[in-house]
Amino acid sequence: MYIPTIGIEMHCEMKSFSKVFSKARNTYSEEANIHVAVNDIALPGILPTLNKEVLRKSIMVASILNCEIPEYFFFDRKNYYYPDLPKGYQITQTHSPVGVNGHITIPYQDEELDVLIHDIHLEEDTAQLEHIKDSTYINYNRAGVPLLELVTGPCFHTKDEVVAFIEYIRRVYQYADISDADVTKGQIRCDVNISLSDSDNLGTRVEVKNVNSISNVVAVIDYEIKRQLDLLESGRGEKIEQESRRWDEESCTTKRMRSKEDAIDYRYFVEPNIPKIKIDPQYVLEIKKSIPVLPLERLRTYLNDYGLTRVDANTLLKEKAISDYFNQCVTLGIEPKIAMNWITVTIMGFLNKEGKNISNISLLPEDLKYVIDKIKDGSISSKQAKEAVLASLEQNKKPQEFMKEENTQISDEAKLTEIIESILEKNTSQVEAYHSGKTNLFQFFVGQVMKETKGLANPVKTREILEKKLQS
Amino acid sequence: MKSEILKIKERIQNGELTVQDLFQNTMKSVLENQEKCNSFVTILDPLETSSGNLQNIPYALKDNISTKGILTTGSSNTLKNYIPVYDATVYQKLKEVGAVCIGKTVMDEFGLGATGTTGHTGVVKNPWDESLQAGGSSAGSAACVAAGVVPFAIGTDTGDSIRKPAAYCGIVGYKPTYGMISRYGVYPFASSLDHVGVLTRSVYDAALVVDVIKGKDEKDMTSFDSSSIKLVDALNNQKKEPKKLFYFKELVHIDSYENPSEELKQTLKQFEELKEKASELGILICEESLSRELLEAIPSVYTCISCAEATSNLSNLTGIIFGPQEESSDVFEMIKEHRTKGFSPLIKRRLVIGSYVLQKENQEKYFLNAQRVRNLIVQKMNAFFEQYDALILPCSEREAKSLNPKESVTTSDTMVLENHMAIGNFGGFPSITIPNGFVNGLPIGVNLTAKVKDDENLLQIAARLEEMLGLCGQVAGGKK
Repeated sequence: MYIPTIGIEMHCEMKSFSKVFSKARNTYSEEANIHVAVNDIALPGILPTLNKEVLRKSIMVASILNCEIPEYFFFDRKNYYYPDLPKGYQITQTHSPVGVNGHITIPYQDEELDVLIHDIHLEEDTAQLEHIKDSTYINYNRAGVPLLELVTGPCFHTKDEVVAFIEYIRRVYQYADISDADVTKGQIRCDVNISLSDSDNLGTRVEVKNVNSISNVVAVIDYEIKRQLDLLESGRGEKIEQESRRWDEESCTTKRMRSKEDAIDYRYFVEPNIPKIKIDPQYVLEIKKSIPVLPLERLRTYLNDYGLTRVDANTLLKEKAISDYFNQCVTLGIEPKIAMNWITVTIMGFLNKEGKNISNISLLPEDLKYVIDKIKDGSISSKQAKEAVLASLEQNKKPQEFMKEENTQISDEAKLTEIIESILEKNTSQVEAYHSGKTNLFQFFVGQVMKETKGLANPVKTREILEKKLQS
Repeated sequence: MKSEILKIKERIQNGELTVQDLFQNTMKSVLENQEKCNSFVTILDPLETSSGNLQNIPYALKDNISTKGILTTGSSNTLKNYIPVYDATVYQKLKEVGAVCIGKTVMDEFGLGATGTTGHTGVVKNPWDESLQAGGSSAGSAACVAAGVVPFAIGTDTGDSIRKPAAYCGIVGYKPTYGMISRYGVYPFASSLDHVGVLTRSVYDAALVVDVIKGKDEKDMTSFDSSSIKLVDALNNQKKEPKKLFYFKELVHIDSYENPSEELKQTLKQFEELKEKASELGILICEESLSRELLEAIPSVYTCISCAEATSNLSNLTGIIFGPQEESSDVFEMIKEHRTKGFSPLIKRRLVIGSYVLQKENQEKYFLNAQRVRNLIVQKMNAFFEQYDALILPCSEREAKSLNPKESVTTSDTMVLENHMAIGNFGGFPSITIPNGFVNGLPIGVNLTAKVKDDENLLQIAARLEEMLGLCGQVAGGKK
């Protein structure tokens, strides 16, 4: 029985105002070559200046991944020629990555899974090559964009585990504001390492480079397991070489790039233009303190403390802003399940339909609390509440505006009593008739109250008070 | 007067000299010097400036310093038509103080060379004798200052590229502590060794210029805040206290050499004389020893580290983004063709060495060992600096060498004496060369190197020795 073992290298473009070593903007753009500083095209004489915000974020990720963080932060040069690499070297970290020997627990199906982190390091992205007909065009917008490369240990055995990991890390990056981790913008790219073995020793490892979507990661794993298994089962296991392959989307197969022997010698050495930066442990502590509560911890609370279903919990956790909103609602005292219902059905329904973000709506958690309290004390019906909330979302106004006096149910006893007393006074003959046995006149009084209040009187309370008054 | 720059300023102020006359005289000598020595890649018409500490002072800039809108070739065919779109910090600072750049000077291609003979526009000749090298790599900068064309020129120094040509041309060459002057916009050779510095005809002028071009630059992470270092003030308020210098006996004892040439004997004799005279001024020069092995390792350590960094630093020269683009359907062929055509043989040799020492299987043995020896030498130097103000040594074994390669061979015997100034680059130490008389009627220099950030003290000592030697302001072929 051959068991696959998989490790991945996950590259993620980080979010920042400027690039990692230049002042050009770090932003996605449809237009080519508009976010380019002299550094990004390696004009002679340029020098890198490290973006401190990127440094902070990378230390945060190393902390999240429970990595050892080195005392000194420095960079290395990875030297090779390629048209997408303007300097002829990439500034990266090999000798002293920002984090090593870490681990992280991720939610996996109905359980949790521990993943080993070999290291996490900060580097710069390359330019983007676009092949159009017979020509290749170079877009330098991406050159110098900060990139985090996360390397896991060989600790996965199924594609589902790998997908769960990538999805979870994406979510963590979004929660901690490290990256938008948007796969459609090419912000996530993976190298997948796969080996098969029927013993305790790992088999020969094959690396599939530059897999640019989660569906391709799945396809690569499926294909490589089958390819290697076929070779092993037909007694040609020696044909599995330690090599680099690439995913060919047209044929849906992996293709050989180079063997281990042909591996490029990147001639790494320490980047001399960036002096070693001492990382103050106090600074690391401050960064650790600023890490938001991560999705796994939130999931545990939602399931165990709030009794939500996994499906509902996951719906709330999809976006940090929504989860934060929900948490605020609970903090304000709204019953978790009630808050969950309002958020997942009414609010998210609206947001999804309109393509809007929860941070842009006027309906704040305290407003939702107000509405829910009004249902509770009977001042409005559920239907009225829902109408008010929807109107608030649609017109981007406070729900209270749609619950003003003239529109809301009158449940106030004193007020109702006052109205009822005046109606009884005005209709003394009917009151007498009622007392003399014409009890079906009761409905007449109710009608009068409704007429007087334009239908807003609370019918239950109206009946209660009427009965009391007519009896006395 | 000790300062050529102050002299010009004073004459303009007194009305003895108009700015237009100054510029005309300068351009006349630029052309003469170009004819004679080939100092310039580009000559620029001077434009009057309106203010600043160096207002209207003409100067020359080495052609590896990026100047927006002005051709900057690095003396290489790979950049023969390259016009930068941004200014180097050092150039920017000189503009701010009103200095007038009258030309970009020839150098050894990208600074990789010590002869001034590998620039793409031809060899630079020594203004004292056109059959001789000016020395390199800041060859044109040294030649035009020595010829009296300009009072100062900017150079760069990775092994001794300011201080060696200064010695051969009989002028002052000073590279301050690593990080005092920003390297932003300076074409890199070996980033951990590269320094920007100045070539002048007096220590005072070196101080004056460095005072205005130094400073922390947010574009160069290796630069530091040197606002507490005030070089001109240090010279003006010189107290002439007793100083203690040291030299390495292995380099200065005549018995260290098997068959010393007449020139070497003369060079060492003059060093001996300087030693004696200096002691009369209260500058004591003591004998010390650094192990022969360490001294002999200097050239190899320098080669390993500088070539390794150069290989990487020059990898942006592919012809894809700038520089002449070659025609080929294969991008790697394009790059190969560009580099094959563009680089001189010397640079190719060094790039191969650099690549070799960085290879996985060689890195430990060559590159990393070189780093270790570098650190060891720096440690030893720092230990010496605990006791001494500065190291003092002859700049080379003899006067400038012949341009004829057959006549300019260095023997293994004098290899160390020819290469020891790289110590200043290993440790980022401030280091200055001043003229120390003549051999065969041609100038030789003496070098002083001090501990990091001790630039004020170093320049004070250099100024005292300069005064003692009486060669301040000397111009090739006689006093101007």
